[in-house]
Amino acid sequence: MSSSKEITENILTKSLEAVTEPNYKVSIRRLDASFGAKQALKNINLDVKENSVTAFIGPSGCGKTTLIRCLNRMHEMTPGAYAKGQVILDGINIYDKKVDPVIIKRRIGMVFQKPNPFPTMSIYDNVAAGLKLNGVKDKKMIHDIVKESLEGAALLEEVKNELDKPGVGLSGGQQQRLCIARALAMQPEVVLMDEPTSALDPTASSKIEELVHELKKDLTIIIVTHNMQQAARVSDYTAFMYLGELIEHGPTKQIFENPKKELTERYISGKFG
Amino acid sequence: MHKRRKGDKIFHSVVIGAAGFTLFILALVAIAVGNGSMKIFSLEGFGFFTGTDWNSVEGRESYGALPYIIGTLFSSAIAMAIGVPISLGVAVFLSEIASSRISTPLSFVIELLAAVPSIIYGLWALFVFRFWIRDLIEMPLHNAFGGSIPFFAKTPFGLDVFTAGIVLGIMIIPIVSSISREVMKAVPDSQREAANSLGATRWEMVKMTIFPYAKSGLLGAAFLGLGRAMGETMLVTLIIGNAIGASAIPDSLFSQSQTLSSLIANEFNEASSELQLSALIGLGAVLLILTMIINISATLFVSRMIKVSPGVKE
Amino acid sequence: MTSSKRGTERHDHKHALQDIMLKYSARRRFMDKIVTIFVIVCVIAAIVPLASILIEVIKNGASAISLEFLTQPPGSLISGRGGIGPAIQGTLIVVGLASLIGAPIGVLAGIYLSEFAGNGIFPSAVRLFNNVLTGLPSIVVGIVGYIVLVLTIGSFSVWAGALSLSIIMIPIVVRVTEETIKIVPNSIREAGHSLGIPKWKITLYIVLKSAKSGVLTGIILSISRIAGETAPLIMTILGTSLFFSSLTGPVDALPLRIWRLASQPYESAHAAGWGAALILVTMFLALSISLRILAQKKGFTVTRTTI
Repeated sequence: MSSSKEITENILTKSLEAVTEPNYKVSIRRLDASFGAKQALKNINLDVKENSVTAFIGPSGCGKTTLIRCLNRMHEMTPGAYAKGQVILDGINIYDKKVDPVIIKRRIGMVFQKPNPFPTMSIYDNVAAGLKLNGVKDKKMIHDIVKESLEGAALLEEVKNELDKPGVGLSGGQQQRLCIARALAMQPEVVLMDEPTSALDPTASSKIEELVHELKKDLTIIIVTHNMQQAARVSDYTAFMYLGELIEHGPTKQIFENPKKELTERYISGKFG
Repeated sequence: MHKRRKGDKIFHSVVIGAAGFTLFILALVAIAVGNGSMKIFSLEGFGFFTGTDWNSVEGRESYGALPYIIGTLFSSAIAMAIGVPISLGVAVFLSEIASSRISTPLSFVIELLAAVPSIIYGLWALFVFRFWIRDLIEMPLHNAFGGSIPFFAKTPFGLDVFTAGIVLGIMIIPIVSSISREVMKAVPDSQREAANSLGATRWEMVKMTIFPYAKSGLLGAAFLGLGRAMGETMLVTLIIGNAIGASAIPDSLFSQSQTLSSLIANEFNEASSELQLSALIGLGAVLLILTMIINISATLFVSRMIKVSPGVKE
Repeated sequence: MTSSKRGTERHDHKHALQDIMLKYSARRRFMDKIVTIFVIVCVIAAIVPLASILIEVIKNGASAISLEFLTQPPGSLISGRGGIGPAIQGTLIVVGLASLIGAPIGVLAGIYLSEFAGNGIFPSAVRLFNNVLTGLPSIVVGIVGYIVLVLTIGSFSVWAGALSLSIIMIPIVVRVTEETIKIVPNSIREAGHSLGIPKWKITLYIVLKSAKSGVLTGIILSISRIAGETAPLIMTILGTSLFFSSLTGPVDALPLRIWRLASQPYESAHAAGWGAALILVTMFLALSISLRILAQKKGFTVTRTTI
């Protein structure tokens, strides 16, 4: 049995080597999750391809947010919350007891529904927050990564002269891109987005959607959305969930134009939800 | 119709009167204390604050508040040094670590600490706790550093400003921790989640999101604790050693001292002259002003945090 | 920046970040453990004194309790006989009187702030000054009681003590009442109004009634607070070894007597002091615990029961 440190090292180093075959980036196997006595996810099995955008859709309470939060082990933040099963990132199960949940967060980043920049920090410090937190002290490295991340989040142009202004002074859409930059700074391979545009106006939303399209060239993106049109626009694969179960999963075009399950078809055509 | 309006009118006046009574009480306090201390202030003026005499011999009467101001500040400073960190620790535990099954009974227990009358703290400190402090902390410190650092110089026997400060620190734990906890709870979960998603350990999350966000509220909580420590009387009379005059100025942790409130309590009923009584009331005036400034600042800090905390602009 | 150049730089950053995280991960986990331990130590440090106080009071006070102790006046100090009868009686009288003065005024003022006040200067002043009053050092309250009533009446008296205690009590009751009544849903008031009931009746019979438990809790808590106060009593009721004789005369009280006993050099006095402390503590525990149970049963939480 490998030691905890070895597993941790593996988790960080493994996919830096070139991947020789089109593997699945993330595989979910037999995942159950609950809040105390209430079960929220039942036996989820799902594979996510690298450099793709996968959308989780479904009516309120179907478990899509719970699922996404299981993917970076944030689910267990809630008191009484519990998850069982496997989430395999490049061959390593992140739920293995020996894996440190803190280290996972470098490889899997997250963006939340309501933009949540740190109010006491400037734009620059917000993006650098994760780096400083995890021990980076090299000022040049931080500077380079901050600029890169702001660029990657399509925000650099707009704020490049006001990097020391407070993060909360930006508009809603800009704040969300700031949060994306903050997540990008950690050099993740997977980015989870929990309804990232639901608090934003249409213009800001479409900017984010464009961004997702750009980002998937280097990253694997999983996005939860209650907006079906958004899922159709933005994702390559779609997973439809209902009452904690995965009903159907496949290429977006197929799900929307030719769903295999009746439940999927009824949700897509707006008959409920 | 007529009767109804009359009933309302009477009730209205009654409640306004009751509310006005609050203002009346405060005015009463200000006038009583101001009037009572008139004599000493007109005699000594500003010198009252800087003098160190406490001489009640007829013909040579002279009174100065300085030693007791210093005693109050010094003992309160020790109280803060002990009480505030412990309170923050308790607040962090209750707010971030404990499940509700633990936090509910635990917070009740902490509140019980506040319900204990201060005279009972005094009794316990006098007959029990001071021996613990003397044997477990003061003696070792004195033996180790007494020769080299004047701060630890005097031979300790437990009744001194240090013990008083420690017990005062314990007394302020309930109020500082409960307000700190309220203030910490006001930090939105989205902040905690953001820190967590970047890989923060629990302590790192607290340092990164809760302390900066709740900074002014926590400061307010500490100030409220300070106000409480400064106003405490009975406990102090029993364990601070009751020094008078210049010798009440503590020059070591183990000095005997005196606070504004403890001297008032000790001498008020035995005051031998009107001037001495006025001096004691003058001490009360100083105490009143000090605590008022601190309590008002504290309230401002706490409410400022809740009102002005920056949020997301849509 | 071309995609491949960006790719290599990112690759390097990834490696660098990774190495750094690995390097510090053990240390960070260690810090987290240390802080958790520190925090638990703080909790223990907060609880141990309470436990010790309770234990010592029970241990030292139990032996002093007897019927004679509870009902007889103090004997000569050296004899060690006699009791705290007058002190218990005095506490009941002074606290009772203070509550009769303080509770109605506090509740009515709280009603004003919640039901009648707007945001004008007067209500803001009342709120601000009320806040200031809650922070008054109790020794200063005693001074006020002395000047206002002892000097005017000419002797230490129950009135002076009751007045001082009510000064401490009123701000607490005002605050709790305002907060509890504010929570009563507006629909209740509107219902009463639409039925043509005059405002004063709505407030007293309907609104107050539904906030009853909260207000009552606040009153009882403030009563238990003033029952333990010593400083304001020193120069107002003076304390005595005699039973109550007149409202304009001195009287004894439990906390005051404990103070006097503790300050004596005699063992017997100390023992009596512990006994009196036991009575006082029992009273407090009983009140606090039963209030908590009551609050839980009625389903509301009192957020801060002490000031």
